[in-house]
Amino acid sequence: MSETKEFTVFPFGPQHPVLPEPLQLRFTVDEERIVEVVPNIGYVHRGIERACELNDYRRNIYLCERICGICNFMHSMSYCETIEMITDTEVPERARYLRTVWSELGRLQSHLLWLGLFADGMGFESLFMQIWRDREIVLELTEKTAGHRIHLSTNAIGGVRKDMDEKLIGQYRSGLAELRKKVEAFDPVLRNDASVKSKTVGKGILPKSQAVHLGAVGPTIRGSGVAQDMRTLGYEAYGELDFTPITYDTEDTYARTLVRLDEVYQSIDLINQALSAMPEGPILNKSTQFPEGTAINRVEQPRGEAFYYVVGNGTINLERVRVRTPTLANIPPLLSMLIGHEIADIPPIVLSIDPCISCTERITHVKGDE
Amino acid sequence: MPKMLWNVLRNLLSPPATVRYPYVKPEPEPGTRGRISFDIEACDQCQDCERICPSAAIKVYPEEKRIEYDPFRCIYCHLCVENCMQRAITAEEVVRSPEYEKVKEIFEEG
Repeated sequence: MSETKEFTVFPFGPQHPVLPEPLQLRFTVDEERIVEVVPNIGYVHRGIERACELNDYRRNIYLCERICGICNFMHSMSYCETIEMITDTEVPERARYLRTVWSELGRLQSHLLWLGLFADGMGFESLFMQIWRDREIVLELTEKTAGHRIHLSTNAIGGVRKDMDEKLIGQYRSGLAELRKKVEAFDPVLRNDASVKSKTVGKGILPKSQAVHLGAVGPTIRGSGVAQDMRTLGYEAYGELDFTPITYDTEDTYARTLVRLDEVYQSIDLINQALSAMPEGPILNKSTQFPEGTAINRVEQPRGEAFYYVVGNGTINLERVRVRTPTLANIPPLLSMLIGHEIADIPPIVLSIDPCISCTERITHVKGDE
Repeated sequence: MPKMLWNVLRNLLSPPATVRYPYVKPEPEPGTRGRISFDIEACDQCQDCERICPSAAIKVYPEEKRIEYDPFRCIYCHLCVENCMQRAITAEEVVRSPEYEKVKEIFEEG
């Protein structure tokens, strides 16, 4: 006669030292080994989609920018692109390049932030501080561009609000060269250090077939060897720049870390390319037409593909705005990655998808009185 | 190991990466989007700023020539500063200091 096995259930989050975001995962464990994971989100629902419907469509640029603090520029950019698609507004060439530069600057600071948080999640405090110190270079460039450290607020429907002069372009070039040197200094630690490798190599395996089946996006799917990158669609100036998506075939947390680390170099290259190829000219093509019609748009954010769907009815308010952020797509792959691992491996694996729960929450279920 | 020693020595002898804040105040970057104020004499009460403000932080009362500005709703995007035809909104490069009470700022004649 077989004995009935006893499992332990314990919650991880929403308040946890390694989780900067309120995500709860309920783990069922057999001693140290994870048997089942159930996610629970809904702690930070903000009702942004509904607010977008009630707001003036031009004010929504600044509301969409606040969906995510880290990818703020890309959110406002993709919203503006979607409205531009509906109203057939042509964006000036220089504005397209400026948007590309600022998108990549956002990706740089997001990846550096993540690499730091990841080091912190492993308990590698000194690396965390070093990476965040180096990230300041990017934030200073952002401040020089737009006047704020994080929120650029430079997007407008039909172009951008701020231009870059030669002096600022020079500062960008020297700042990025300095950043490259600093990244090269900590690069071998993330790539070769035995303690980092012991936490990442072979942990959180996401096989290629499963990554595709569960719909992973961004560095998560690229770490499983699938070259899926929305930038290859050629939106803004990406079509004119030379780059290939970075992929790794080892399918584990280590691969996802290296994808992000290599993308830091790629972003620096892309900004330099865009700055060299940027033509002179106007930066804003003002459109006064109210949007009437439907459009969808996909952009590659630091965490993966973001999806925008906008329906306009010819008035100042929009009928529907739907946003799907990359973390929503990456939660099912995360759950499959965790099964079979030990409790001590949870923080690096959960962090390896770069969860951003506040941008993900779109629906909340309120229990009625009944 | 020699590389590590070199790093240790360099970090020991180099100044800290942070600024000694209360004693040394960092200079704001040129173009920093800081606090704003209204010049009611120059204002022609057109309400453009009220219409354009993404966070509805500005309320203009044309009959009374009065502007109510809520600095706690303001997101400091400076759209109003760029769009004011009369150049009646002044932008500063200094970030607003924290306060204990949420009070609206009222600008009126006299």
